[in-house]
Amino acid sequence: MTRFSRDRWLYVLLLPGVLYFLIFKYWPMWGVLISFQNYQPFLGFWQSEWVGFEHFQAFFQNPDFFRLFRNTLMLALYDLIFFFPAPIILALLLNEIRLSFYKRFVQTLVYVPHFISMVIVASITYILLTTQGGGLNNLIASWTGEKIDFLSSEDWFRPLIILQIMWKETGWGTIIFLAALAGVDVEQYEAAIMDGAGRFRRMWHITLPAISGVIAILLILRLGSFMDNGFEQIFLMKNSLNSDVADVFDTYVYEMGITMGSFSYSTAVGLFKAVIGIVLVLGSNYIVKRMGQPGLY
Amino acid sequence: MSKHYNSTSGRVFDVFNYIFLGLFSIVTILPFVYIFGGSFATEAELTARPFFLIPREFSLSAYQYIFSSDTIFRSIGVSMFVTVAGTIVNLLFTVTMAYALSRRNLMGRNLIMNLVIFSMLFGGGMIPTFLVVKDLGMLDTYWALILPGAISAFNLIIVKNFFQSLPPGLEEAARIDGCNDMGVLWRIVLPLSKPVLATFGLFYAVGHWNNFFSALLYINDSTMWPLQVMLREIVMLSQATVGDMSALNDQFIKPPEQAVKMAVIVVGTVPILLVYPFLQKHFAKGVLLGSVKG
Repeated sequence: MTRFSRDRWLYVLLLPGVLYFLIFKYWPMWGVLISFQNYQPFLGFWQSEWVGFEHFQAFFQNPDFFRLFRNTLMLALYDLIFFFPAPIILALLLNEIRLSFYKRFVQTLVYVPHFISMVIVASITYILLTTQGGGLNNLIASWTGEKIDFLSSEDWFRPLIILQIMWKETGWGTIIFLAALAGVDVEQYEAAIMDGAGRFRRMWHITLPAISGVIAILLILRLGSFMDNGFEQIFLMKNSLNSDVADVFDTYVYEMGITMGSFSYSTAVGLFKAVIGIVLVLGSNYIVKRMGQPGLY
Repeated sequence: MSKHYNSTSGRVFDVFNYIFLGLFSIVTILPFVYIFGGSFATEAELTARPFFLIPREFSLSAYQYIFSSDTIFRSIGVSMFVTVAGTIVNLLFTVTMAYALSRRNLMGRNLIMNLVIFSMLFGGGMIPTFLVVKDLGMLDTYWALILPGAISAFNLIIVKNFFQSLPPGLEEAARIDGCNDMGVLWRIVLPLSKPVLATFGLFYAVGHWNNFFSALLYINDSTMWPLQVMLREIVMLSQATVGDMSALNDQFIKPPEQAVKMAVIVVGTVPILLVYPFLQKHFAKGVLLGSVKG
């Protein structure tokens, strides 16, 4: 009790933050229970009827389920294969630049898109690619004589999403790798040069091992949000013509919950997604630790 | 060292590397240049020339058009208000909680830290959070754009770790001089944390300026829409190929044309580009702080 009264000011400082976490993080966690109810807003949580796993069963039997699963998985795999390595490669290339003003110049330019909103990224994509006078489409048409309907094509949806995210985040993603690379001992390189190691051998045997811990942590974090797919981006780029490949769990939750008002059903979908996410984080963390890397926990 | 860097294969690699990175950075900003140039072009030139960065004929008509009604002004005002008020709330909540949690002998500290970390792993998701905001009566209020994201758990942990890394001697000296916990925070810790506050203040501010999702979820009243929602309405939803035009922006007599859309994008981008040089000075430091283990 003496400790409590001694620290009374600290508890006053703690109060707003703790209230924030309780209200906006833990109350919704409790609210997840409505996925086992037929939640009616006018009845509220306590009066609504409990239905067990009904919504989950309905979702797994819904033909949408397979489509959403496929789209979520495909976008996540595209992201992992094409986007994830991009900042690592760019950081390795930047690290080879010794003219410091040139390095700063490149960094200054490639960081910019990170600070731009997804709405602007999607808007610029529309302006460039629309078949009605989009700059890039005009250019393609003047070379090939044909316009490509990027924005409402199912084939182009996934490449567009990945290209957008690569444009926006590759440069910014290099920061953490460059910070790790700055910590590599120069003597190691000198010793390797004495032993006759060429540039690529040095990269392979010194530089890459030096950043492998960071790569592992970012991979775990990425797997944790494997099912998230960047809701905003997909929501913005999706339309009635490409929705067959664009619908993912998150957009489905939004449409079912916010647009259609099926609160319990969409909460069940969201819960299913979150549970898979947790399993992926814990699983990948376990594997990374078994491989001898520090991991996240 | 220089001998090996000057080997033939090393030189060839260097040349390609320099050229590749130069091209990569130019391609990165090219879309901005295109939009910026196009926003000052006439509609006729935009239709006639397939692709250009600098217009032949300089025109301000797109800007005149978008600023002819108060729609854009109002949404800029909303975005500015939410950015300023929201960032103040973010910093206040984050700093107070981080400071209390940085005190290792605080009772209950570990429990609270574990609750914070668990909230990074698992969340209620979109619908339960929406229902909480709704039950609190915050739908169609600016509170809904500010409070649900008042603390980023990730930022909180970094700031807490930074506070922990400050030399304990300073605090003891202040206590001997009669400061209580509030006094230590206000007179000792905060003045030493200016770079951290600047970094996270700017990150939070950019987040508010760019926020689209909260407004989409919580704000139905179109007079309260921030700039990002307005941007989407004007640039993306007026596309004849996408969705129904008549229901969307009745405040525009005719659907905005290409130059108008470009001008709106410029208006949404310029504030960020103005703070960018200031941002850039700080964020390398901010990220380095983030890699400090706590």
